[in-house]
Amino acid sequence: MSGGIFITEERTEGDSEGPLAGRTVAVKDNISTEGVRTTCGSAMLADYVPPYDATVVERLKAAGATIVGKTNMDEFGMGSTTETSAFGPTENPAAEGRVPGGSSGGSAAAVAAGEADLALGTDTGGSVRNPAAFCGVVGIKPTYGLVSRYGLVAYANSLEQIGPFGSTVEEAAELLDVVSGPDERDATTRDEGAETDYAGAADGDVDGLEIGIPTELLEGADEGVVETFWEAIDELESQGASYHEVSLPSIEHAVAAYYVIAMSEASSNLARFDGVRYGPDHDLEGDWNETFAAVREEGFGDEVKRRILLGTYALSAGYHEKYYAKAQDARAWIERDFEDALSEADVLASPTMPTPPFERGESLDDPLQMYLADANTVPINLANLPAISVPAGDTDGLPVGLQFVGPAFGEREIVRAASAVED
Amino acid sequence: MSDQPVSPEEVRHVADLARIDLADEEVEEFTEQFVEILEAFETLDEVPETESEADLENVLRADEVRESLDQEEALRNAPHTEDGYFKGPRVS
Repeated sequence: MSGGIFITEERTEGDSEGPLAGRTVAVKDNISTEGVRTTCGSAMLADYVPPYDATVVERLKAAGATIVGKTNMDEFGMGSTTETSAFGPTENPAAEGRVPGGSSGGSAAAVAAGEADLALGTDTGGSVRNPAAFCGVVGIKPTYGLVSRYGLVAYANSLEQIGPFGSTVEEAAELLDVVSGPDERDATTRDEGAETDYAGAADGDVDGLEIGIPTELLEGADEGVVETFWEAIDELESQGASYHEVSLPSIEHAVAAYYVIAMSEASSNLARFDGVRYGPDHDLEGDWNETFAAVREEGFGDEVKRRILLGTYALSAGYHEKYYAKAQDARAWIERDFEDALSEADVLASPTMPTPPFERGESLDDPLQMYLADANTVPINLANLPAISVPAGDTDGLPVGLQFVGPAFGEREIVRAASAVED
Repeated sequence: MSDQPVSPEEVRHVADLARIDLADEEVEEFTEQFVEILEAFETLDEVPETESEADLENVLRADEVRESLDQEEALRNAPHTEDGYFKGPRVS
């Protein structure tokens, strides 16, 4: 395995014809692949081989893509650096000694290193856009309901979407065209994803485009990142776009709301890992509770335990109103703020990540610090909106990503805007 | 609803509810981290009550028998099976 990119390298040829014929795709290891081990970056599923394909994998094969392997990730999607994987960290091919971002770090690195033409990741709070920004590639977080989650090992259902990576906006959009659309096996999918042509929107034409820039998302950002961001906006202005600043007062509560909701959903979703139907081998000496607790101590890493416990705490008697109910209020408020901002702009723009890629090991001992790094990406998942991260340049040789946010099912708008940022 | 910082007993209690054994060092580490993280979550206290206007509708499918995994496939990943069933620890 080169640079910790793949957990399993195994080629699966698709049908010979189709829009992705001759293209290689790397798939994040929390997306089920029939007959190919799917670990979620966890010791809990180290030997798990799904008996069926996720809908997106069926669509990849039908489109003629060759799947080249299952990519490394933060355990169960929990992390922002791909360092919480039970199978070791991934190198950042675009910035030596730095993390590739997370949790889809292996997928972003596969594209950045040329190990695959395209890749699929999942984005619960920024997990496609963050590694796209850190590795200097393009990543799209689709509108909630655009892409089927059937066969995705769930972490936080109300927030997560499967999203594509590519070297260019057009390529990422092409992959989105293939995997999006309604699926009778996922009742949260919507008809808006049928018969799409997102790739066709990558025409670089931003003449007349109105960009809203949320001031809150620039405030805490690194100076070099902000500089690179404004250079990209200036460039778009010279191509006929205009911008104005907007304020999203709710957004300062987004990180807390996101983590409370995600952890609460995780504590419920991960209850299925009891070691009976799948999981590490164990003796059957103790009673059910003892065996269950021992299997989970052994199978889960620190970050996963932390989130399950905090989620259990937030949902427990006496704390539900204080944390979970308030987080849902914040979520509704954030949705409304975005709706207002997007009523006067075609897209919103911000740096994808407030900093350049972290050094390896930097954030592992300080979970709160790592959570705060997601400030620019998590609000979009709470609002169920689409967003794209496109390389905007660099600061001191480190990649900087620019994020565009669009209205629900406004993927064409963000694809068009992002394509104008590319050379 | 207490505003007291989290105690090691509370962490053990929650771990018990979540069915995760913790080593003593883990309890200590998580207690410290939870104080800090939950304090950051306190910002939610300032959030006003907000009505959510989600355009949700129930989506139901017909309750028809469909193809599913066969028994062998369903059992394939289980560490212990017996006579075509999953085998787990005793319940009490």
